[in-house]
Amino acid sequence: MWKTVLRRILIMIPQLLILSLLVFVLAKMMPGDPFTGMINPNSDPKTIARLKQEMGLNDAPWVQYCRWLGNLMHGDLGQSYIQKVPVASLIWDRAVNTFWLSLMSVILTYLIAIPMGISAGRHQDGWQDQSIQVFNYITFAIPAFVFYILGLWLFGFTLGWFPISGSVSDTATGFWGIFFSRIYHLILPAILSAIIGTTATVQYLRTGIVDNKVEDYVRTARSKGVPDRVVFNKHILRNSLLPIAAFLGNTITGLLSGSMIIEQVFSYPGMGKLFLDSIGQRDYSTLTALILLFGILTLVGNLLSDIIMSIIDPRIRVQ
Amino acid sequence: MEKQSDLLLDIEHLHTAYRLQGKFYDAADDVNLTLKRDEILAIVGESGCGKSTIASSIIGLYDHKNTRVTGDILYNELNLVGLNESLFNQIRGNKIGMIFQDPLASLNPLMRVGDQVAETLYYHTDMNEKQRHDRVIELFNQVGMPRPEEMFNMYPHELSGGLRQRVVIAIAIACKPEIIIADEPTTALDVTIQAQILDLLEDIQKETHSGIIMITHDLGVVAETADQVAVMYAGQIVEKSDVKTVFEHPLHPYTRSLLNSMPQSDDETEDLHVIQGTVPSLKNMPREGDRFAARIPWIPASAHEEEPKIHEVEPGHFVRCTCWQDFHFEQESSK
Repeated sequence: MWKTVLRRILIMIPQLLILSLLVFVLAKMMPGDPFTGMINPNSDPKTIARLKQEMGLNDAPWVQYCRWLGNLMHGDLGQSYIQKVPVASLIWDRAVNTFWLSLMSVILTYLIAIPMGISAGRHQDGWQDQSIQVFNYITFAIPAFVFYILGLWLFGFTLGWFPISGSVSDTATGFWGIFFSRIYHLILPAILSAIIGTTATVQYLRTGIVDNKVEDYVRTARSKGVPDRVVFNKHILRNSLLPIAAFLGNTITGLLSGSMIIEQVFSYPGMGKLFLDSIGQRDYSTLTALILLFGILTLVGNLLSDIIMSIIDPRIRVQ
Repeated sequence: MEKQSDLLLDIEHLHTAYRLQGKFYDAADDVNLTLKRDEILAIVGESGCGKSTIASSIIGLYDHKNTRVTGDILYNELNLVGLNESLFNQIRGNKIGMIFQDPLASLNPLMRVGDQVAETLYYHTDMNEKQRHDRVIELFNQVGMPRPEEMFNMYPHELSGGLRQRVVIAIAIACKPEIIIADEPTTALDVTIQAQILDLLEDIQKETHSGIIMITHDLGVVAETADQVAVMYAGQIVEKSDVKTVFEHPLHPYTRSLLNSMPQSDDETEDLHVIQGTVPSLKNMPREGDRFAARIPWIPASAHEEEPKIHEVEPGHFVRCTCWQDFHFEQESSK
């Protein structure tokens, strides 16, 4: 199994290089340069030309690319044009917030979706299955932002159960005070994005169970005299969880793109909100760094799925 | 006394019906069969004739919502029809072992094959983990698997079709069952492997003195292994006798047609005999008259019984309908 993981990580290296190249080209194609908005437009063009020369902007593109890549390796993502602070420090705090929100959201998604998928698959065409299908149609059809705003309005404004914005209360003090305040701020956005994110997991699990129930190996297990409950948990369920594991990478990517909407609605200071804000402010250096980061996280998500798959499915392990 | 305990399974008036669009249709229609110790009973017939239905009825593995089983399947005075699930689970895998057709699909792809055999032992014996492991190794030796210790830890996809079928057989015989049901055990295998698997089944039977029900459409398999043969057509048994009689003096038109459509290697010039038409589907099965009549239209209707019954034409030789007395092949009539 370790061979599979190692091989998979090695494959990631060229993927990362291609990603960085794409992001670099994208950045180069954006209008303006580091001087845009930074210096007095009345400055002597000669001075600008000299500065450009000093900053290496006249070097061949591949020299610039290598330098940029070298800086990346040292954690230097450049300066934000707008905020005038290093992009790395700007992103770090937001990334931590998004990480917790996504983690909580993915855990809640599985906590909600797996029992639903099991129930629907087990009682195929029964009332449980039919109510879950209706629920699925609704969560699949309703636009995320409408759902979030409705949730925010109902549980935040009207009922006042949860805070309506931010990631931590200003009045929270002490380690635990801040910790619980953060959790409190996370709960509503995490639950809402979990509910709307269950559709695919429920459907995959339901279909997996329905398909696996009639497989020959299940009949073999029954012919051995294995009780139905054990046949279900040990044979049917485990095989039905495969597509969900395969889908994990996709789930992570979905959470990242979903974070843009939910963080915007909840004014939650995370990467998604930073991304939208940066677009609004045309903060290209931050945008470039974020695009790179989203790309890396997508690759990592897929890596995680593959590793989990290789743990539970012996067929895809490299010999 | 000895004679009586030789009877392992007594199937009487078995009707197994499947629900199709709200109505039940008999897929096995009034089946009577017996299986004795040390006997291989072959059930032969085309696809869809109901032979696998009998197997799933015996072992109680059918969709209970959409299947209706009536009649008696007596195993040691115990009627398996309508037996409750927890009692049945004590019999399945323990007293009745089952071997399936497709050895790849019959094994859980995510479990090591050794564990899949050990699972049977876990539910039917008091063995601890070490004992179960040793017993699996013993079984792997018995079914002729090379390097059993190594095989224990392998996954189904790492084994060849023949080896997988040996694992399936090891599962079926793990608890030394009295009855082994083999549902097309060699159909999915290469011809060379087929012979090995059949030899293996015969060896196992000699060792364990079990009774084997061999379900197959392959008359070669029947000739090679069976003691008793039941020929099925459209859910009914049309002829039943010992293997020698069936192959040497077949009476029912269907049995004769089947035997006649077997390729003969010593005569390559003659065209293969083909039985006209196809087996009617479950829904369109004629419920009155001789079900095979439609496929031998040159035989006049008067030759068939109105309600064909099984007749014992000589001791131990049963044939349905009386039309066999007037049966001849079409080619013969046109000559």
